[in-house]
Amino acid sequence: MNIVHYIKAKSLEEAWQLNQKRSAVILGGCCWLRMSPRRTLATAIDLTGLGLDEIHETEEAFYIGAMVPLRQLETSDSLEVFTQGAMKESLRHIVGTQFRNLATVGGSIWGRFGFSDVLTLFLALDAEVDLYKGGRVPLSVFAEQKADTDILKGVYLPKKKRQTAYASLRLNATDFPVLACAVSRTADGVSCSVGARPMRAQVRCLPAGTGMTPDDADRAAKEVADSLSFEDNMRASRVYRHDMATVLCRRLFLQTAGEGRK
Amino acid sequence: MKIQYWLNGKVENDEIAPGQMLYDLLRKKGCYSVKCGCETTACGLCTVWLEEKPVLSCAVLAARIDGKHVTTLEGLQGEAQKFARYMGQEGSDQCGFCNPGFVMNVLAMVRELGNPTEEEIKEYLAGNLCRCTGYVSHMRVLKQYLTEKGKGMRL
Repeated sequence: MNIVHYIKAKSLEEAWQLNQKRSAVILGGCCWLRMSPRRTLATAIDLTGLGLDEIHETEEAFYIGAMVPLRQLETSDSLEVFTQGAMKESLRHIVGTQFRNLATVGGSIWGRFGFSDVLTLFLALDAEVDLYKGGRVPLSVFAEQKADTDILKGVYLPKKKRQTAYASLRLNATDFPVLACAVSRTADGVSCSVGARPMRAQVRCLPAGTGMTPDDADRAAKEVADSLSFEDNMRASRVYRHDMATVLCRRLFLQTAGEGRK
Repeated sequence: MKIQYWLNGKVENDEIAPGQMLYDLLRKKGCYSVKCGCETTACGLCTVWLEEKPVLSCAVLAARIDGKHVTTLEGLQGEAQKFARYMGQEGSDQCGFCNPGFVMNVLAMVRELGNPTEEEIKEYLAGNLCRCTGYVSHMRVLKQYLTEKGKGMRL
């Protein structure tokens, strides 16, 4: 990569000060950043060594540090149980084991990528981001904002009893998703998020008990898909994505309702 | 900038450029088993271990290995040769360009997974794209090798 100054930050305050310049960048796993070899980074700020690479579990939430690699999320037993396997399902198709040992949660969330499996699932789980200056912000709000000069410290996953399921559609194994969907059900409501449209994932909040029967799941899935915008790219058309979103959301509604796997 | 790290068990001190990638550093150090196949962080050829975990050396900043342990195929000769013999017997040895990355990931998998299913093996190795001698013969080799390691494969 084209880096002029590499600085391993000794504190978040130091990292934040350095990051106020437009030419500075916070490094995640570098998996995406390295794809722009011509880009010059005047200052590359490394957050490794600040203890942001751990998953903490409290009574009310999981706290996932921004520097936690995707593979660590994928192999966490407690997150596997908490999401009924949806966490693993959302991650296991991303490139390869070696890639997921590098790519970070912070990089995926901060980047707000239009192909992000992580953003799609975390939106359905009612996640909140933890920003150094901005504090706790709902991910659904953060996901719509432009990148600024704050620093993402970590992500909260509130520990509410929920039923979650995830599905993505890929043209080839290990490729980017053509579409990514997640549904999470609590006693208070149902969150349904759709990503890789191919734009930043968006979440729809539906009344509790939505999509419990095949007919209602069909209706709700159509409603969600109709409320979202889709675009064409080299992998799939807008119309195909819309139709597949209906199918995947319907399946996930039923899967989380405890009816019919897939 | 200066870094100190372990390469295949030996302490090394190097002067590196801030943007230098681990892949380039390892080639300069004579670890020619490490290859670049795709330039898009997707093929798995440049796989090495960083603190015993398989990573793509093309996406790791050399600055980030300061104080850490790096292992390449050069440091695992005994194990690699043993595994390569199994590949040879099943006719699944590849041309040598992609093989090192594949072997590095296989050896990491054998350490990490206890008693994997065929699905788990496929998933762990999915990021090694080149399988020119075939997925089926690779699976035969893995089955034999895991059995020999006393791990076996869950069916």
